[in-house]
Amino acid sequence: MKRLLRGGRVVDPTQGLDAVADVLIEDGRIAGVGPMRAGAGVEVVEVPAGCVVCPGFIDMHVHLREPGQEHKETIATGTAAAAAGGFTAVACMPNTEPANDCASLTEAILKAAAATAHVRVYPIGAVTKGMKGEQLAEIADLKAAGCVAVSDDGRPVPSAIIMRRALEYTLMLGLPVIDHCEEPTLKGEGTAHEGYMASVLGLRGIPAAAESIMVERDVALAEMTGGRVHIAHLSTRQALRSVRAGRERGVRVTCEVTPHHFTLTDARLADPIPYDTNLKMNPPLREAADVDALLDGLRDGTVDAIATDHAPHQPDEKFVEFDRAPFGIIGLETAVPLALDRLVRPGVIALPRLVELMSSNPARILGVAGGSLKAGSPADVTIIAPEAAFTVDLARSRSKSRNSPFDGWRLAGAVAATIVAGRTVYVNAEVDGAAGLGPAAARA
Amino acid sequence: MNPETPDIAAQPAGAPRLRRKDLVGIAELSSEEITLILDTAVAMKEVSSRAIKKVPALRGKTVVNLFFEPSTRTRTSFEIAEKRLSADTLNIAASTSSVVKGETLADTVANIEAMAPDLLVVRHSSSGTCHFLSRICRAGVINAGDGMHEHPTQALLDAFTMRERKGRLAGLKVAIVGDLLHSRVVRSNVQLLTKMGAEVWVCGPPTLVPAGFDRTGARVTYSVEEAVRDADVVMMLRIQLERMLGGFFPSLREYFEVFGMTVERVALARPDVLIMHPGPMNRGVEIASDVADGPYSVILDQVSNGVAVRMAVLYLLAGGAEHETAA
Repeated sequence: MKRLLRGGRVVDPTQGLDAVADVLIEDGRIAGVGPMRAGAGVEVVEVPAGCVVCPGFIDMHVHLREPGQEHKETIATGTAAAAAGGFTAVACMPNTEPANDCASLTEAILKAAAATAHVRVYPIGAVTKGMKGEQLAEIADLKAAGCVAVSDDGRPVPSAIIMRRALEYTLMLGLPVIDHCEEPTLKGEGTAHEGYMASVLGLRGIPAAAESIMVERDVALAEMTGGRVHIAHLSTRQALRSVRAGRERGVRVTCEVTPHHFTLTDARLADPIPYDTNLKMNPPLREAADVDALLDGLRDGTVDAIATDHAPHQPDEKFVEFDRAPFGIIGLETAVPLALDRLVRPGVIALPRLVELMSSNPARILGVAGGSLKAGSPADVTIIAPEAAFTVDLARSRSKSRNSPFDGWRLAGAVAATIVAGRTVYVNAEVDGAAGLGPAAARA
Repeated sequence: MNPETPDIAAQPAGAPRLRRKDLVGIAELSSEEITLILDTAVAMKEVSSRAIKKVPALRGKTVVNLFFEPSTRTRTSFEIAEKRLSADTLNIAASTSSVVKGETLADTVANIEAMAPDLLVVRHSSSGTCHFLSRICRAGVINAGDGMHEHPTQALLDAFTMRERKGRLAGLKVAIVGDLLHSRVVRSNVQLLTKMGAEVWVCGPPTLVPAGFDRTGARVTYSVEEAVRDADVVMMLRIQLERMLGGFFPSLREYFEVFGMTVERVALARPDVLIMHPGPMNRGVEIASDVADGPYSVILDQVSNGVAVRMAVLYLLAGGAEHETAA
């Protein structure tokens, strides 16, 4: 089967491409990019004016909750949200019930994904057995079963010696160790960024140093071992400084930031809805100076990826006292509009850099196919409409959960369509002309 | 009825009201609203001096005291205030409620609401709980202390006591000494006193000073002498033994050495200084007995005034025909 995406602006930093071009898809792979002739048997798809064709976006930090917490999300619903958010692949964290700390769990996740997923699913295995931080999980086995990284996300690897061993052991496997950096005793019972807002609201603080101390530790351990560490949801200017300094010394450290951390500050905790539990996440929303630093990092290359930390929780679970509410928000369907509205539109970054952050870099860090429109790559394509208006409407979310602080937000920038292995898995009918991006059968 | 005092029972049309459903914190109040509450409390205090300490202002109103955290002083004070206004009152303590059976707070409160109370007086160990309940309840919510956030009626009764003794709040130097980090009393007091033009100094060991507290409008110092010097009011905050175990300071003995309010330290304050404490006191920890029982102590006045201030708040939120028509 051949499809030709004709006439769109194609942005692919892996080939230095930002020009109007056609993209030819053949048997689920990219056959070529450039001026193409639509031969016999080629389904021609006109890319609407104003739309941009990008290599498929990859969210390297998602909680799909399956197995064990299917009331919050399933592989089917989470990946449906991913498709609607413009992601052609997601990497799912191992803090399921039970934790994905052995090959049989990984295999079960991949089997469920093969049956129900709307986009590619890359499991991330646990660093330690049961994510208890004590003994290494069978990481070689996890890799053999299909894990693309290891992480105890949701909690850090608290022991420095275990982190050292993990970074050493993964050297032979080529897997990154993804760390949720938070020094446990400094974090304590904290629920909000330690600073003026938490003090006025009487919320227990999580100091910036709880993150930066452990990032600095991980950078030092990666430097010592030569291992590869990836910092999950980096949120503070101090931690960013550690990553930047490590990178300058040649340490193999990468990092991601979330859309909520580059969009919101802890001032939101007081206004407009005081103590809104949809503003409770870990790491917490930080200060304006941190947001500024993250924007600098996104601009100057220190930040490698934008990842959502999509963390679904049922409404009942969030409809409680602030202290009792679980941490986390969903993010798959708002990430691209927020990135376009908050980063691209004001000129913090240009589109090629956005594609790096959301596609080619995550692919490189995880060592997975995709992240490129070079011939031979999987035909995973995200088509975005940077100028299209987008209003967040949680009632229409594909996720099983609704825990987002962005409901009702009007943003400039939308996903027009998501294509996985050449097949259209999502079309946004509200983008002018996007209906034509759908499967031929749907248009007939 | 005493004809010389304001006739609070008659509820004249157009009588002043708080134009709000809830009192969740001092942060939300304007200085005019604070003054209205304090002025109303003057009339309420008179009621408590009568032989028959009861007015019908809240007759037919139902007030539920919902205490998810142990409290004797505040709960008793609210209950007396409610009874003196002729409200029907009901006390629910967390140990006897469904919360221990795993019911959520929202469900517990929805069940109480189904019985149509007019006001909920809520004490809870989690900051922000009164905000949460005020959003989901039809009834008005009065914050009787939420976690480390606010305790607005305590700050109001403190201000009432200061104003009663000093004739004003503006320009007073008020020193608040103790565990600032875990105290809802200090947060409400700083909000109220800075709004009313007082000069507020807060003092405690650096481990118990919340981050960024200098941005609240209060002056932060670690020197109790500096805080107390020339103060019009010195307010101590309770020091809990758990804080020592949590590593915030080495021992209660050392705390008293460095921060305890002694006669010598009180001597640095103005000669007519008021010594205040929200209670319960730890004698020999944050305050020496001879200071607590000394001539400047207004600690028991605070307790008496608490009833008058809570009557004022209840009345201004739930009393009167205006509210009924609005509802």
